[in-house]
Amino acid sequence: MAVVFEKTRGLTDVATHYCPGCGHGIVHRLVAESLVELDVLEKTVGVCPVGCSVMAYDYFNCDFIEAPHGRAPAVATGAKRVLGDKNIVFTYQGDGDLAAIGTAETVHSATRGENITIIFINNAIYGMTGGQMAPTTLPGQVTQTTPYGRDVKTAGYPVRVCEMLSTLDGVYYAERVAVDSVPHINAAKAAIKKAFQNQIDGKGFSIVEVVSNCPTNWGLSPAESMQWLRDNMLPYYPLGVYKDKDKGGNE
Amino acid sequence: MSQQYMMKGNEALAEAALRAGCRYFFGYPITPQTELSAYMSKRMPKIGGTFLQAESEIAAINMVLGASSVGARVMTSSSSPGISLKTEGISYIAGSDLPCLIVNVQRGGPGLGGIQPSQADYFQATKAPGHGDLHIMVFAPASIQEIVDMVGRAFDKADQYRVPAMLLADGALGQMMEPIAFPDESEEKKLPEKPWAATGTKGSRKPNIINSLYLNPNKLEDSVRERFERYEKIKENEVLYEEVMTDDADLVLIAYGITSRICKTAVNMARAEGIKLGLLRPITLWPFPEKAIAKIADHAKAFMSVEMSMGQMVDDVRLAVNGKCPVRFFGRTGGVIPTPDEILQAAKDVLASVGGDK
Ligand SMILES: Cc1ncc(C[n+]2csc(CCOP(=O)(O)OP(=O)(O)O)c2C)c(N)n1
Ligand code: SF4
Repeated sequence: MAVVFEKTRGLTDVATHYCPGCGHGIVHRLVAESLVELDVLEKTVGVCPVGCSVMAYDYFNCDFIEAPHGRAPAVATGAKRVLGDKNIVFTYQGDGDLAAIGTAETVHSATRGENITIIFINNAIYGMTGGQMAPTTLPGQVTQTTPYGRDVKTAGYPVRVCEMLSTLDGVYYAERVAVDSVPHINAAKAAIKKAFQNQIDGKGFSIVEVVSNCPTNWGLSPAESMQWLRDNMLPYYPLGVYKDKDKGGNE
Repeated sequence: MSQQYMMKGNEALAEAALRAGCRYFFGYPITPQTELSAYMSKRMPKIGGTFLQAESEIAAINMVLGASSVGARVMTSSSSPGISLKTEGISYIAGSDLPCLIVNVQRGGPGLGGIQPSQADYFQATKAPGHGDLHIMVFAPASIQEIVDMVGRAFDKADQYRVPAMLLADGALGQMMEPIAFPDESEEKKLPEKPWAATGTKGSRKPNIINSLYLNPNKLEDSVRERFERYEKIKENEVLYEEVMTDDADLVLIAYGITSRICKTAVNMARAEGIKLGLLRPITLWPFPEKAIAKIADHAKAFMSVEMSMGQMVDDVRLAVNGKCPVRFFGRTGGVIPTPDEILQAAKDVLASVGGDK
C-alpha cells in the first residue's frame, strides 16, 4: 500500500499539550519536516520561547535551549556565534515574546544579520497566559485585557513585524505566511524550508511570520477561528515576501 | 621569573580571561568597566574569538546563556546598573546549571548612582543575583594580581560545579594600575568536556535540553535540591579568605576587595600604637568564610565590618559570630572611599565601647 502521510521523525512521539485545532501543531510539523528534508535535524539547536510553545523542546527531536521570555534571538545569537556553520540554530516564538518583551532582541539580531532562522507565530493574542492583548492584537479585538475591544487611542496600534524588519539592511529574508488552508500551509512549508536553506548557505537572518490561530482564547471553534483569521487577520497582515536579498532587496 | 606587566585592573582581567581560554565575550558599555570590553574588542578578533557589543545587558547575558548552552567558556562584564538588568538571565543560567563568568565592577548606587568605586552590590551578588532559590559563586579580589590569578579559577570552578561565577570588583580595582605577572602559560589551556551541551545530537544520542522549567512542583523541588547539594560541596571546599594578625586581636576588621587594603594600613597603624587590631578578608563572598569568623569569635572582643556601603556584609558577619561578641559597622557610601585614619578612629571607638576582658 502506498504511504501518503507519515509522522516526521523530526518530531518526538508524544502527545502535545496544544489545544485542539491550534496552529502551533501545524507549524511544528512544517519545521520538523523541513529540518529532516534538508538533512540538518541532527545538527540543529532550537531555542524555544516563553509562551504556549514553551515546551517545544519536548516535541522536536533535536537539541533545545529554553530562553527567558523574549530573549530567544539573543540566546540564539550566543549559540550560533559559538557553533558557526557546523550547526543550524533557530528560534520559535510567539507574538508577545517576539514583538513585545523581546522587541529589542528581535530588531538587533536582525540588524546584525545573525545567520539564524526565526519562526514567528502571530496569533494576535497571548495564548499561554489566558488571552491578553498582544502587540499584534487587531484594533477593536476583544481580549482579556481589552474587554471593550482594542482602543488604538489608549492601547496603540498592532505591530507589523515583517514590514518593520524589512527596512533593516541586516535582514536577508522575511516572509509572511498563514496556516488556515492547504494552499497556505504548503506555501508556509516552502517559506520555512527556504529560511533554513538560507542559514545552511550562510546567507543570514531569515524570519518567517506565520499568521496562526488561537481558538481557545479567541473563543471560537477551530473551523470558526480559521474563518476569523481569513476575515480579520489577513487583511491587516497581508501574506507575501517582504524582503528577499536573493531577489535583490525589498519586494 | 615570568614577565611583569603594568596594567589597569579592567585590562588585566580581560587578558587573564583570554589566557584562561575564554573566547566569547558579550557586553554593553558602562563606566567603570569600559576598558574591559574595549580590550576584548581589540584582542578577540586577533585570536579567533568573538566580541559582541549587545543592544543591552539583558541581551548580553542571554547571549552568554546561549553560548554556555552549547559548551563555550564565556563571560560578560558590567557595572552595578547593568548587573541589575542581567539578574533575569543570571537566574535562568543558574536554573539551567550553566557555567559562565560575570564581572561586576561596582559603582555607587542606587539608581544611576555615580561612577566612583562602591561595594553596595554585596546583597545583590550574595543574596539575590536573580529570582528564585539560587546562589552563584562570588569572588572578591583585592589587587590586580589577585584578579589575574582568580579569573581562571572562577571559570574552572563554574565548570566544575555547573554554577555561574561572579567576580565582584569595584571602580578602584578596575581603574588603577599595578604591576602583575600572568600565571604560567606554557601549556595551551585544556577545557573540560561538556557532554550535556546542546551541540546537535549528531544522530548518536537523545536530544540535550538546556532548561529551567519544571511544571511538576516535585520535579522542580528535586532539581533545586540537587543544586543545593552542589552548593553544600562548594561551601565545604571552596571558601577562601586571608587573615592578618587575628590570633591575638581584640578587634577584628572584616573587609573585602579594595577596602581590605585600606584596613590593612589601619591595622598596621593600630599595631604601631599598641592596639591589637586584626583583619579577616573574605576572598570568596559566597561561600562566606563563616567558620573562620566563628572561630575568631571565640577569643576576639568584637568585630567591625568595613564596607563601601551602608552595611551589607555586616549581616553575614553577625550570622557567623552568632552573638558571641558585638559586631559593629563602619562604612562610607556613594563612591566615597574610607581613609585608614577614619577606620582606625572607628576601631578605637568600638574598643572603647566594648571595653573589658573577654
Ligand atoms: C518576564 C516574564 N513576563 C511575563 C511572563 C508571563 N508570560 C508567559 S507567556 C506570555 C505571553 C506569551 O504570548 P505569545 O508570545 O504571544 O505566545 P503564545 O502563548 O500566544 O503562543 C507571558 C506574558 C513570563 N513568563 N516572563
Ligand atoms: S491557548 Fe491558543 S495558542 Fe495556546 S495552545 Fe491553545 S489554542 Fe494554541
